[in-house]
Amino acid sequence: MYAFNLPDPGEGLTEAEITQWLVSEGDEVRINDILVEIETAKSLVELPSPVSGKVHRLLVEVGQTIEIGTPIIEIDDGSGDPAMDTVEAAADRPEVLGETEEEPKHLVGAGPLPEPTSRRRPPVEVPAAQQEPAAVEHHGAVTTAVGKVLAKPLVRRLARDLGVKLSSIRPTGPNGTVSREDVEAAAGLGKPVAAVLEVSAATDPLAGHTAPIRGVRKATAQNVAASVAKHVHVTEFNTIDVSAMKSLVERLKERREFRGLHVSPLLLHAKAVCLALARHPEMNATWDGEAGQIQYHDDVNLGIAAATPRGLLVPVIKAADKMNLVELCRAINDLVTTAREGRLQPTDYSGGTFSITNVGVFGIDTGTPIINGDESAILAMGAVKRRPWVVGSGDTERIEPRWVTTLAVSFDHQLIDGEQGSLFLADVSTVLSEPELALLF
Amino acid sequence: MNTAMSIGRPTDRPSAQPGRFQPQQPVETPLVQLLRPDGTLTSDPDFAPTLSAGQVAEMLRDMTLIRRFDTEGTALQRKGQLSLWAPLLGQEAIQVGVHAALGQHDHVFPSHREHGLAMLMGLPVERLLGIFTGQETGDWDADEVRFHHLNMVIGGHTLHGVGYAMAQQRDRQADAAADDGVSLIIHGDGAISEGDVNEAYIFAAAYQAPAVFLCVNNQWAISEPVERQSIVPLYQRAWGFGIPSVRVDGNDVLAVHAAMQWALDRARNGEGPSFIEAFTYRVGAHTTSDDPTKYRSKEETADWQIKDPLSRTETWLRSEGAWDDAQQAHLDQEAEAFGAQVRSAVNNVTTPRFEEIFDRVYAEPTPDLIAQRAQVLREVAAL
Repeated sequence: MYAFNLPDPGEGLTEAEITQWLVSEGDEVRINDILVEIETAKSLVELPSPVSGKVHRLLVEVGQTIEIGTPIIEIDDGSGDPAMDTVEAAADRPEVLGETEEEPKHLVGAGPLPEPTSRRRPPVEVPAAQQEPAAVEHHGAVTTAVGKVLAKPLVRRLARDLGVKLSSIRPTGPNGTVSREDVEAAAGLGKPVAAVLEVSAATDPLAGHTAPIRGVRKATAQNVAASVAKHVHVTEFNTIDVSAMKSLVERLKERREFRGLHVSPLLLHAKAVCLALARHPEMNATWDGEAGQIQYHDDVNLGIAAATPRGLLVPVIKAADKMNLVELCRAINDLVTTAREGRLQPTDYSGGTFSITNVGVFGIDTGTPIINGDESAILAMGAVKRRPWVVGSGDTERIEPRWVTTLAVSFDHQLIDGEQGSLFLADVSTVLSEPELALLF
Repeated sequence: MNTAMSIGRPTDRPSAQPGRFQPQQPVETPLVQLLRPDGTLTSDPDFAPTLSAGQVAEMLRDMTLIRRFDTEGTALQRKGQLSLWAPLLGQEAIQVGVHAALGQHDHVFPSHREHGLAMLMGLPVERLLGIFTGQETGDWDADEVRFHHLNMVIGGHTLHGVGYAMAQQRDRQADAAADDGVSLIIHGDGAISEGDVNEAYIFAAAYQAPAVFLCVNNQWAISEPVERQSIVPLYQRAWGFGIPSVRVDGNDVLAVHAAMQWALDRARNGEGPSFIEAFTYRVGAHTTSDDPTKYRSKEETADWQIKDPLSRTETWLRSEGAWDDAQQAHLDQEAEAFGAQVRSAVNNVTTPRFEEIFDRVYAEPTPDLIAQRAQVLREVAAL
């Protein structure tokens, strides 16, 4: 019996999470067949089998984070040792002779632990999905073979981030693998495909599928829950005519300085926020109740909430208030590109002092945004729509179609009163409805 | 060889007036390529293939075994048997093309991804694996293997290589019967931004040392793309040092061999150093500690896999009638056996004795070293 201890797949890592078993108990495996996928602090990694044989037991459940060196699987490689003495026996046992290949020793990092038995995890219960019979039929679609879902690590990650269970997806990729498109379709992102199993949907009102809470979803949940507990949220709204801002965006697009850059209303919202924050320092501050102090920030580190392939992230433009309009535009462009490509690094979304969220891109008028982290306020951009608007006064007063939007700002009443919050929102509104008045700021 | 190729390819020499600095857009040059990605031959004004189909079949075998060595290396790391591995997937043609062009007295100063070349030059597999278990000191007999210490310090070995070339030059000045060996220095695209690498170019050019620089441009210095390091193509960098250079398709074993032959001949004939940029792609991760999906797109990697060095060689050999299914099956079998050999070799890695680190510093140990050695032995004994 060969016991495979979790190796260090990076340099100096101490633990890893089992994200997917690619074999089940009883499977025959050959040397270098992929056994399991793990996620470390650095990356998703597939581990190949060091021996040929039959999978005896999986020792660690999916979702568990374990230390390097912990036995994760027992493979009956014909060496005959009883399963109970796995680790020590494997280390001391004389080499197998004859045709069998010499059993690999743990040469680096993941040697046998001093007390292997006490660390061994109970045998894994095979997840229900894997016990289901193969080829569950509903619309003539064939499901995957029992217990063995083939997919690349990136696809697995996508499935996890989207909360889709891989075993519930009909694979259409090469060699029966689940493809990125399959996952997106199952998550309702792609064109609808009759790929997701609809087992007993008609009979059970609670039918559906479950997804583990983890990854960016989990972090987001923790962050928003912590924010609601920490801040006393107040939200104010203001509906304004931004026709002048719209035409300014068009004029900026034609200027040489902005060649090659994407100029959008977001840029002017960001600029308006920076200008207004200079007048309202308490909106750019951190309430530190424990230390009994309010920390006022010198720079505006502007967070921009972004829906990325990995989920909601709020990357930060450092010292946005020190940038001119071109620099700010370039910074936003770079950030959007980086976020879309899923290349944001942790330093890209830390250190924010004020955030902007744009629900307008979804065509939505406005919302009540949740303050991000230790910040004290957040602005929500709404959709910019054609609306009837009262213009002129006296004899010339009339209704005209104008570009109109609704701004929402949430702030922490612990350090910001209605007065300051309102004045801030009024200032942002002024810059966006009459951009030339930014000269006053 | 075309004598017009004194500095780079004639077509892409800067057109500035002599003595005037005239910044201009870098001119992109066609790669030196003899075998297209689809496995058909093409021609180059300066280089021609000099190998028989039989020799190329031998090179396909070498590339296949190297690829197997490399995938086993990655797998061994994932099984916890190596601390680290630096995959060379996609770069096999360079190492095989280089090996076929090397003379019997030439010395190689490698970077950290030259496992295939090490194997071809006869370095025992377990010694190379030992580097990646952290047990091997790398002080094998470089006179015998002619493959010097596998360098992990980016670019540091370029100075050693040029120094060795200058010594070869002086040996020949002192003794006409000295061997005709020259030095091949291999570094990556990232190394080109290192100060000592630029010093190595300067010394090689100033002394007209019999050195060849092979810059393996695999597009990524870990996560840094090559465009961020140089606004001119890398082979054009060499011009400023006065070193003739050429950019070759690094996934074309015929072109690598032809260009390497040209450069080694120049060095051997006393014409000074040359610079070859082998244009290729690191299909795998930088090392097993790296996750390339974080910094590059899967489309980019897929585009490069179309240019695979092995498949084009096999396609060409088959079209020449010099390769068939039986040979391929035999080779697959051979690779399988070699994989098993690599897996067992990792168990033969030996841990050096502590005192060995003092033994080969000088031909004769100094009193200080003898004292230090004795002290270490005392301390180890007391543990």
